[in-house]
Amino acid sequence: MIQLLQKLGAKSVNRVAAVGRAGQLLSQSLIAKPAPMTMLPLLVRQLYFIGVLSLVIIIVSGLFIGMVLGLQGYTILVDYGSEQAVGQMVALSLVRELAPVVTALLFAGRAGSAVTAEIGLMKATEQLASYEMIGVDPMRRIIAPRLWAGFISMPLLSMIFAIVGIWGGSLVAVDWLGIFSGSFWANMQASVSFSEDVLNGVIKSLVFGFVVIWIAVFQGNDCVPTSEGISQATTRTVVYSSLAILGLDFLLTAMMFGDF
Amino acid sequence: MRIRALEISVGALILAGLLALVALAINVSGLNLSQKGGGYTVYARFDNIGGLTERAKVSMSGVQIGQVSAIRIDRKRLMAEVEMQIFDDVDYLSIDSSAQILTAGLLGEKYIGITPGFEDDLLANGMTIEDTQSALVLEEIVGKFLFNKVSE
Repeated sequence: MIQLLQKLGAKSVNRVAAVGRAGQLLSQSLIAKPAPMTMLPLLVRQLYFIGVLSLVIIIVSGLFIGMVLGLQGYTILVDYGSEQAVGQMVALSLVRELAPVVTALLFAGRAGSAVTAEIGLMKATEQLASYEMIGVDPMRRIIAPRLWAGFISMPLLSMIFAIVGIWGGSLVAVDWLGIFSGSFWANMQASVSFSEDVLNGVIKSLVFGFVVIWIAVFQGNDCVPTSEGISQATTRTVVYSSLAILGLDFLLTAMMFGDF
Repeated sequence: MRIRALEISVGALILAGLLALVALAINVSGLNLSQKGGGYTVYARFDNIGGLTERAKVSMSGVQIGQVSAIRIDRKRLMAEVEMQIFDDVDYLSIDSSAQILTAGLLGEKYIGITPGFEDDLLANGMTIEDTQSALVLEEIVGKFLFNKVSE
């Protein structure tokens, strides 16, 4: 009984300590005097690996999700004779919900796991330690560019996802199912508001990007430096960030659209 | 060369993201900066607003001339009081104009339709439209219809 209690206590202490270490990592890597000459090339490189290389999966999944939304919305709405509302349905569900969430989930799988594995392997092969040996702060050189790159690229990817998805929806609804394109776009423009829907979607994606890349970087930096530890850390990145995205999404939605 | 291609692709990503935001703003949400701001306030009292909401359209002959900015109960008369913002360039509404609550389509959204009057005096900021017609509530119409059927 006492042992059980001790186990529980140790686990809780570990968890809290991990949260603390994550906060420490964040403050150490982000709070420093800016050095654009050395940081900018590193940031561009990470933007390439984290942002540009995620573009293909984002565009393809955005296109197909938009097309599916168009098709599903049409089959439901045509029963009520209001199939013109497909545009508004596709746009609202993409801009408010699907673009930030699905982009963040894909981002966690595509970029987050890669970042974790990379940093974990650097730790296992003692590259991080050797950076410190030659007097380069690994927080600044390795961690910070990745954090910024994730933070910057996630909203960009989410907006691209939304616009590609809406285009996919219009492809199905207007070009294939023959909804009049004027009413498709006019209904959409009448119901989507820039400050309420588009900006809230951007805020969501900013939050998700921050959380995902933070979890990824922390898990990489905090992993047990063995091959098994790296694989566990990568798994944890995907699992934790997916859970965090979905939980935070409910919270943010309740705050933004919940009327209180 | 390799570095250059990398930087170009990053620039393209950022440009594409910003373009997507612009497209979302203009094409999808129909953001129109010129229509924002301004307008003068006009009030109207209704017996029943039947599902009218804030930010609903105020239109004349089907053209939008303003929007509903607030809805509350007038405590003295115990009627619904609707506050409307009419665009500044609509300066030709006479004081005997009438306001109706209408429905777009069979089940569509509620909006306010203004029918212009004939007086020479014009509506100004803070004035009230006296001649109003409440929303048609489906249950009341069905009730009246049934009542008439029974009394026949």
